[in-house]
Amino acid sequence: MTGIIGKKIGMTQIFDEKGNVVPVTVVQAGPCQVIQVKTVEKDGYNAVQIGFEEIKKLKRVNKPMKGHFDRAGVPPYRVLKEFPMTDLNVGDLIKVDRFQKGDRVSVSGISKGKGFQGVMKRHGYGGGPGSHGSMFNRAPGSIGSSAFPSRVWKNKGLPGRMGGVRVTVKNLTVVDVKVDQDLLLIKGAVPGPNGSYVEIRKGE
Amino acid sequence: MDLIRSIEEQYRREIPEFSIGDTLRVHVRVIEGDKERIQPFEGVVIGRRGSGIKETVMLRKVSHGIGVERIFPLHSPVIEKMEVVRRGDVRRAKLYYLRQKKGKAAKVKEKDIFSSR
Repeated sequence: MTGIIGKKIGMTQIFDEKGNVVPVTVVQAGPCQVIQVKTVEKDGYNAVQIGFEEIKKLKRVNKPMKGHFDRAGVPPYRVLKEFPMTDLNVGDLIKVDRFQKGDRVSVSGISKGKGFQGVMKRHGYGGGPGSHGSMFNRAPGSIGSSAFPSRVWKNKGLPGRMGGVRVTVKNLTVVDVKVDQDLLLIKGAVPGPNGSYVEIRKGE
Repeated sequence: MDLIRSIEEQYRREIPEFSIGDTLRVHVRVIEGDKERIQPFEGVVIGRRGSGIKETVMLRKVSHGIGVERIFPLHSPVIEKMEVVRRGDVRRAKLYYLRQKKGKAAKVKEKDIFSSR
């Protein structure tokens, strides 16, 4: 498996060799540095912790985190994430050149928060007629029966907070890799607003 | 945002200057089976929208008495060449009213580029 942390820049479109328009998301991925290697013997599982986006102002780093970075002998980073990768040592750099044109990747991020939403938007309920005297417009309708089960089933879709949760989109195609600019062009949309951090993984 | 522009810049192509009402001839690459040929499409520019690499142009012509409209992405590699045939003199950004006009009324006045405003 190969993983990298990136920042979503935004979307645009490019042309493929046939002249078709391809929608792409531009992601600034890496360079990331390995901060800690976790092993089965010590931590119970194998993983590496990598950091993305160096913190330039050292006073922004609190003491416990500073100790963590100093032990690894690396500069402080803003975003830390773990990936189940092996064959890496503390201090190694992970760059976009680990990805190639045509790779299939999974991208995870925190989706855009939608606030408190009703059942039609949040769960895709049908709702009622919009007009002709109907007063049943966007309500959920019945949420269960009386004699049995005489309670509301667990996981019944009801209104509430929507979005702002971790979302993974699988099987996206890498359209282009710009190694000199540390950019990945991924076909289609990835979770989250522009400027948010995403995890990009391939070969899981 | 600048990073996005730098990506778009790599796919941009040279396009001639033209405005709404002009007559444009677009040479389109058409692939038929394994052969490739160039097919020109000439029409009046009735709309232009988008910016950067997403910019498109809407052309209208009347072919054998039937109105035909095509939308081209301006920076598409399918376009071999683009040339301005005629400058038009119009006062609107979208010439959708041409769809309702027939015959002589559907013509766009030519711009007098010598006695200019």
